Amino acid sequence: MKPPPFDYHAPRDLGEALAALAEAGPDGKVLAGGQSLIPLLNMRLAAPARLIDINRVAGLDTLSAGPEGVRAGALARHARVERSAEAAAVQPLLRRALRLVAHPVIRNRGTVVGSLVHADPAAELPAVLALLGGSVRLAAAGGAERDVPAAEFFTGPMESAVRPGELAVSAFFPALPPGSGVSFRELARRHGDYALAGVAVLVTPAAARVACIGVGPVPIVVDVTEQAAAGDWAAAAQAVRERVEPEEDIHASADYRRHLAGVLAGQALRDAAREAETTGVRHHA
Amino acid sequence: MFDITLRVNGVLRQASVPGRRLLSDCLRHDLGLTGTHVGCEHGVCGCCTVLLDGEPVRSCLTFAVTVDGREITTVEGLAGPGGELSPVQRAFAECHGLQCGFCTPGFLCTATALLRDNPSPSEEDVLEGLSGNLCRCTGYQNIVKAVHRAAELIAEESR
Ligand SMILES: Cc1cc2nc3c(=O)[nH]c(=O)nc-3n(C[C@H](O)[C@H](O)[C@H](O)COP(=O)(O)OP(=O)(O)OC[C@H]3O[C@@H](n4cnc5c(N)ncnc54)[C@H](O)[C@@H]3O)c2cc1C
Ligand code: FES
Ligand code: FES
Repeated sequence: MKPPPFDYHAPRDLGEALAALAEAGPDGKVLAGGQSLIPLLNMRLAAPARLIDINRVAGLDTLSAGPEGVRAGALARHARVERSAEAAAVQPLLRRALRLVAHPVIRNRGTVVGSLVHADPAAELPAVLALLGGSVRLAAAGGAERDVPAAEFFTGPMESAVRPGELAVSAFFPALPPGSGVSFRELARRHGDYALAGVAVLVTPAAARVACIGVGPVPIVVDVTEQAAAGDWAAAAQAVRERVEPEEDIHASADYRRHLAGVLAGQALRDAAREAETTGVRHHA
Repeated sequence: MFDITLRVNGVLRQASVPGRRLLSDCLRHDLGLTGTHVGCEHGVCGCCTVLLDGEPVRSCLTFAVTVDGREITTVEGLAGPGGELSPVQRAFAECHGLQCGFCTPGFLCTATALLRDNPSPSEEDVLEGLSGNLCRCTGYQNIVKAVHRAAELIAEESR
């Protein structure tokens, strides 16, 4: 099908974009990569009165990596972040997660920030942000920018803390601490599909966490520091199974998703712990 | 309506389009280039894939106005100036990489960009590169063969 009609705006700078969004209020929708919004428009599941296309806004196509972490601007496409050696060196989980996001051709257009705002419960990047304790920076006309921590950013399935009139200008992913390891594992019916269930895992010298996708309304972060310290992966997997809130749909039953989350968590925790050991050795040397 | 200019297959083309005009429809209906096929219009089948400034993208998930001023290559632009088939096109013909041909424009554009970025792809690279394109006829084996064959042809011809 074809998208319903809308008023189209293509602002050239941030000020213009924020003004257009403020004027549109709840009728306005941001168009970034379009890889989630345009399918919704084509299927007529969304019908915004105004579309504010940010693809020409100067200063949003940014990506920076430093000792603190990686910051991706609103026009940093999945493919660019995936290919960035600097970003991968600072936080290797980003590249590993991005390789599981859709197909390479979709990644040429889709943006990292768009994926966070879209907040699909089965999407990979929200789990990465939640696992690492990252944040999203929001701007609105006439106000100061605000940084929303991941724990408050995802408010429900396809719902984020972005208010009408606000633009997400960038997202921040904290760096991997020394002596730590990360892993992303998921199961999808077909390559490139949204996963039935998946887990992102972080193991540091002080803590171990699992963020689960596809098994709850938002990414579910489970602290398994105690179980990991004892090397008890079965207990860690059990803790994950107890915390997730999967639902049944045509693709899989709730029980199967719960089972998957446990199995994937066990595998990913082992991967990440092994990686933490090897990077730890290198850091001590 | 918006007046836009696209450089399509090296030629400047103008069109007057509403904001909601998909690039796929702009190419097919406004510019008469029906080589770009439309299957699903939600990004899943890949047959609408074209090159935007050289990068493969879904033309059904791109608005024509968004890419005003940019360069587009469609399947019609893959052959040489005299109409001689490109190495990727020849390899598809040689390896029986198509049957009904509906998916072929998308596979050709995707494979052309894949081999430009990665001239000697592994089996894994080819599978990953083509994973976003669906074909209901061939069973994929011959398409994968064709991409490897195209890599050989390109290597031979650049010697
Ligand atoms: C076939 C297919 C398979 C896919 N598979 C996966 C997958 O496996 N995993 C996955 O994670 N994703 C998948 N995706 C989605 C893809 O990752 C999208 O690129 C991403 O979800 C949204 O990014 P976008 O830039 O395309 O956003 P858009 O589609 O432009 O926007 C999405 C939503 O976010 C809002 N938005 C975007 N940017 C901003 C901003 N800066 N400020 C405020 N609001 C904003 C828009 O208004 C809209 O509501 C798939 C897509 C397709 C078509
Ligand atoms: S028509 Fe564009 S991906 Fe199917
Ligand atoms: S040749 Fe018929 S769909 Fe691929």
